[in-house]
Amino acid sequence: MADRVVVDTTINDEETTVLCEPRQTLLETLRDTLGLTGTKEGCSNGNCGACNVLLDGVLVNSCLVLAPEVEGRTVTTIEGVASADGLHPLQQKFLEHAALQCGICTPGFIVSSLALLEENPDPSENEVRFWLAGNLCRCTGYDKIIRAVLDTADAPQAAD
Amino acid sequence: MTVKDKTKETASGQAYKVIGTRPLRPDGVDKVTGKAIYGADVQLPNTLHGAMLRSPHAHARIVSIDTSEAEVMPGVKAVVTAADLPDLDDIYADLGEGIVNLRYSSWKVLAHDKVLYHGHAIAAVAATSKTLAEEAVARIKVEYEVLPPVLDVLEAMKDDAVILHEGLRTRELGEKLEGRTNVASHIQHQRGDLEAGFAAADVIVEREFNTSTVHQGYIEPQSATGLYNDDDRITVWCSTQGAFGIRGQLSSMLQIPIARITVIPTEIGGGFGGKLDVYLEPVAVMLSQRAGNRPVKMTMNRTEVLQATGPTSGSYIRVKMGATRDGKLTAAEAFMAYDAGAFPGSPIGAGSSGIFAPYRLDNVRIDGYDVLGNKPKASAYRAPGSTNAAFASESVVDELAEKLGIDPLEFRLRNAVTEGDRRADGPIYDRIGFIETLTAAASHPHYEAPLDGKQRGRGVAAGFWGNWGGKSSVSASLNPDGSVNLVEGSPDIGGSRASIAMQLAEAMEIPYESVRPQVVDTDSVGFNDNTGGSRTTFGTGWAAIEVGRKLIAELKGRAAILLEADADNVGYGDGVFSSNGASIDLTEVADRIDETGSPVVASASVHPTGFGAAFAAHVVDVEVDPETGKVEILRYTAVQDAGKAIHPSYVEGQLHGGVAQGIGWALNEEYVYDDEGHLLNSSLLDYRMPTALDLPLIDTVLVEVPNPGHPYGVRGVGEVPIVPPAAAVANAIYRATGVRLQSLPMAPGKILDALWAADES
Repeated sequence: MADRVVVDTTINDEETTVLCEPRQTLLETLRDTLGLTGTKEGCSNGNCGACNVLLDGVLVNSCLVLAPEVEGRTVTTIEGVASADGLHPLQQKFLEHAALQCGICTPGFIVSSLALLEENPDPSENEVRFWLAGNLCRCTGYDKIIRAVLDTADAPQAAD
Repeated sequence: MTVKDKTKETASGQAYKVIGTRPLRPDGVDKVTGKAIYGADVQLPNTLHGAMLRSPHAHARIVSIDTSEAEVMPGVKAVVTAADLPDLDDIYADLGEGIVNLRYSSWKVLAHDKVLYHGHAIAAVAATSKTLAEEAVARIKVEYEVLPPVLDVLEAMKDDAVILHEGLRTRELGEKLEGRTNVASHIQHQRGDLEAGFAAADVIVEREFNTSTVHQGYIEPQSATGLYNDDDRITVWCSTQGAFGIRGQLSSMLQIPIARITVIPTEIGGGFGGKLDVYLEPVAVMLSQRAGNRPVKMTMNRTEVLQATGPTSGSYIRVKMGATRDGKLTAAEAFMAYDAGAFPGSPIGAGSSGIFAPYRLDNVRIDGYDVLGNKPKASAYRAPGSTNAAFASESVVDELAEKLGIDPLEFRLRNAVTEGDRRADGPIYDRIGFIETLTAAASHPHYEAPLDGKQRGRGVAAGFWGNWGGKSSVSASLNPDGSVNLVEGSPDIGGSRASIAMQLAEAMEIPYESVRPQVVDTDSVGFNDNTGGSRTTFGTGWAAIEVGRKLIAELKGRAAILLEADADNVGYGDGVFSSNGASIDLTEVADRIDETGSPVVASASVHPTGFGAAFAAHVVDVEVDPETGKVEILRYTAVQDAGKAIHPSYVEGQLHGGVAQGIGWALNEEYVYDDEGHLLNSSLLDYRMPTALDLPLIDTVLVEVPNPGHPYGVRGVGEVPIVPPAAAVANAIYRATGVRLQSLPMAPGKILDALWAADES
């Protein structure tokens, strides 16, 4: 059995300590150790974006980050996107636009879109497409996802 | 844009109140917040983790398997091989999108005496961690006698071909032939006089087409957790399109009575036909039984998904069609060979039924062959077999129209099937909307819009899918606040909880928000066929309508008690029961139900057969880069007869998704094998599905010609949108470049080769 590493990190604003194998990915730690199964595994090699999380506010594929790398850093997962006040506008727009069918890619798309709007609050359609090209969806043809993200950017609450 | 049929909207002539609106889906919040539990999200106490040993060879005899070293590793709790599976006779099961022989399915789940494709499962381990299980798998020793692989469908049909199954015999038009073969079956549909038909033609076009093996590409890998409990009861949690189908396969394959099996369907992260068959479920159950009745969880990685699940058939298709100068088809002939993979069961049945289905043909012959090869066994994929078929037939139709100087949509209109026409394989069409669909495509602004610029072209193609009815059961109970809990057994892949709840709300004339639908396990609702064949909104929706009518009928009696009226004289409308001027709201009846008797519950079970065929017409503009061979999709419009769109957003979504998959099939997606039969592109980087950057917004037009076989006119919408894209894109590339591509995918290299060859000639 490999040596274990203690990792102190902050996940969704909660200070968290986890014991993990050095080879363990952040995705495995979130899902299997912490039970945060909202972050999905579609490929395990950074191709599909279903496991997108924010690491210190930066979009990453959690399957390509080793758990010990998040020592002292902050992680935001899909479970941390909605607040006590309710859904995040992106989540609401995804629902209103029927931007999900099976829903397995949805957490990744929402986290990825969150990072996009943080960096570029008023993206063009092409900028949204370029940013989301790292997230695969097999159900929607992306049409309603693109519309939901653009509509969120246009909505007044996203402007502040 | 919606094109209304002039027939009446509802039986009573009333406008729909719920149907046609776009409410939020009941499971939506869980899915945008990460709370929804999919296959791999199931986490039970005391769970063991499974891993699978898979074949490094495409074709080899298994000489021996030595699991002893793995078995003694600390933390390893069980090891199984095919020797642990019951030896089955031929058992045929209908999975809804095709019949399978469970004997072969068993050999697919764990290789019997040969491995038949790269990635074929051989043995499985359950251990205290996934890592440990993987390490143990690596210590299983298998001795192989490697055999040459069969990778090409026409090579496989030759008399001197390497044979996959010594015992396989061809079923030739229903009769069993003698002799070793890779051809599992030959089917034929024939009508009229082919020779006379072609003699009457002014123009004849005959072309050959090849298509590659492609995968469904669902983003959620297969995952199953199996528990063989101490009381011999079995519970399986899995991501599936049909819990009852999984239960039936488990029962047959493991020879365990259905009474002892419960299948709990999790949320499902895409299926497209690829999650009907068992892969992991029987293995997880066997491991659990041998590991002291602890739950065993098995989840595939992406490489396993691509190597060993799905895909759909590659194919060779030859099509010959003739037409007169005034644009009437006179004859059509097709030879279709579909690669079934390692076991019989390609979608040649549906492919051969559908290849000429959009057109009136008096003289027609279709020969279809189900052919084995050293690839994973084909499973259903959205309108199985039909995209390949339409790529061939719609390309030839396009070429005929061009040679005759007739607009391609006009040519299709002149030959389009309508009510009363007979398909080549027998069925007669009921009221269908193909002509309306073609007309809507021809009059769409896209079709009239100028398309300027070099290397740009516009293509069209039509598509057919037969749809399916199947069996559905639901139950419902009235709550004291007037809301209704709806219990159904159809896994919800793309919003069907909403479309089914909407039909119940419509039938009961109550708000959509008053219906709470749940998808439950196989113990908790009557039998349901799979979510497949575009049947769920049609069939399970019908069951919901039935249960709604039953609840209202029962509630009329209860209202009569409260109104002190004769039940026969109680009327109902818009949530209000009335009799002789007195009235009472449904919600008040619900609240006072105890004054009227027992709680109000109902169940309904249906097996409708009037499912009605679906037709589509697609228009696409492309630009071809002559330097790189890359095709860009500039604009796309999908027109489809939806019968009646219950939730238009999710119907549009089906069109979007089908088009996107079809474009991937057309331009990029393929299984790449080396000469030894190793799959070389088993990652999502190399198996290149369309990204957001590869597609434009996709315009949709829902034509609504009500299906007379459903109370609200519904016809299945999910599958037909994948049928036209490959042909439409090919026809657009021709208009852009003057070159007709006859091989899928139309990847940049192939396009460059074709452009260069055209330059030389």
